[in-house]
Amino acid sequence: MKLIVAIIKPFRLDEVKTALIGMGVQGLTVTEVRGFGRQRGHTEVYRGAEYKIDFVPKLRLEILVDESDAQRVAQELMEHARTGQIGDGKLWIVPVDAVYRIRTGEAGTDAI
Amino acid sequence: MPEIDTGDTAWVLISSALVLFMTPGLALFYGGMVRSKNVLAMLMQNFFAMGIVTIFWVLFGYSLAFGDLGNAGWIGNFDFVGLKGLTNGVTDTIPTLAFVAFQLTFAVITPALITGAIADRMRWVAWVGFIAAWSVLVYLPVAHWVFGGGWLADRGALDFAGGTVVHVNAGAAALALVILLGKRKGWPKEPMPPHSLPLTLLGTGILWFGWFGFNAGSALSANGVAAQAFLNTFVAAAAGMIGWLIVERMKSGHATTLGAASGAVAGLVAITPCAGFVGGLAPVVIGLVTGGVCFLAIQLKFKFGYDDSLDVVAVHLVGGLLGSLMVGLFADDAVNEAATDGLFLGGGSELLVEQVIAVAAVLVFSFVVSYLIGLLLKALLPKGIRVSDGEEDTGLDLTQHSETGYSLERV
Repeated sequence: MKLIVAIIKPFRLDEVKTALIGMGVQGLTVTEVRGFGRQRGHTEVYRGAEYKIDFVPKLRLEILVDESDAQRVAQELMEHARTGQIGDGKLWIVPVDAVYRIRTGEAGTDAI
Repeated sequence: MPEIDTGDTAWVLISSALVLFMTPGLALFYGGMVRSKNVLAMLMQNFFAMGIVTIFWVLFGYSLAFGDLGNAGWIGNFDFVGLKGLTNGVTDTIPTLAFVAFQLTFAVITPALITGAIADRMRWVAWVGFIAAWSVLVYLPVAHWVFGGGWLADRGALDFAGGTVVHVNAGAAALALVILLGKRKGWPKEPMPPHSLPLTLLGTGILWFGWFGFNAGSALSANGVAAQAFLNTFVAAAAGMIGWLIVERMKSGHATTLGAASGAVAGLVAITPCAGFVGGLAPVVIGLVTGGVCFLAIQLKFKFGYDDSLDVVAVHLVGGLLGSLMVGLFADDAVNEAATDGLFLGGGSELLVEQVIAVAAVLVFSFVVSYLIGLLLKALLPKGIRVSDGEEDTGLDLTQHSETGYSLERV
């Protein structure tokens, strides 16, 4: 089992969600996060004083998938999160030791 | 016994309510500009003015400001302590109690204006002490000098609705207090952006609305002067906004919502002393000039290194100063027979000189006494007038009031 973690631009969420549901993804978790990559931050101006905002608002998506689906889901996610502009974010895939469904106690792939 | 005019009375009563509404409006204007951890402390400092100043006013404040009216002196007297003997009194064409209420709303908002400068770092107890002392030792005398027929009014200085009494007065006090308090931690390097500009814009709308009572109500009659003051107020706010935005766009590349709000307030500040004394297109010039100049005046705090958090000095001191001086240029006795013609209307420089004297007197008096009050509080209060570093980091809402402005998170 794999955990796909993606940091994306907030306004891409709807499209990504629709695409993932369309390919059969059962669930995903979204968190509002802030951070920077090579894009760095942006500048805001208040009464003539410029402030550098280092941490840009992004969304963090987490999706548990079966190992065999990981590449397909990751590709689909990236395709729909992509704008081609700087700041599109990152995606990484990590191995998962165990997964349980809390209600039933089901384990492994059955719990995804 | 002078007759009560019902129209005048109705207008002054409504105006009193309009002006009182400005204080919560000001609270939102400032509250939106601070960081979210300090929003309640900002609102509270403003709301508290409606509490303490009101009580002081009926106990002795009105009497010290308006007792012995027209004595050309420094302070009123104790004749009306506890509003004694005013129950059926008449002032001009309105009940004296309506005048008491109207003037009270000015006494409330003036110290509230100071709160924008000291944002994010003054201890609550210190603010309580400061506003109590300031509203007695600074506001009452200055109100008497100008509104109560004291020495400045007697010399011939004109201040229709409080350019000197309210704005220069509060602005000078703000400057004294920020010098005494010191900079906020991290200023000016760390960004301290406004947490909610929509609140600030809502507050600006309330201020603009209430300001009609402030200026047009100061005619104390429902007459032509009131209508002139009303329209001047409207136009100067609009011109102030445009003036600020033009200069802001040229200097820093964007026309911002905070700029629109600040410019409108700057225009309102400047028209305050002029409102019932000028006519024609004077409010357009007054607003445009003040909007632009106040934007530029913000740079002063970076140049001289004083942390005036929300630019009370740049907007109220500079704006009040400009407005008070422009009375000396644009005053027109065809608009108001109580006015003398200003420089641009062929009245010579006599009025302008009196305006300079009035501004200088109020500025120096307010600055010095405010500084002394601050020094005294610093010495008397066990923990001083400023919160600790840790309290400043945590925020004033939690450390001063045990509350949180926004609790939307469930964790």
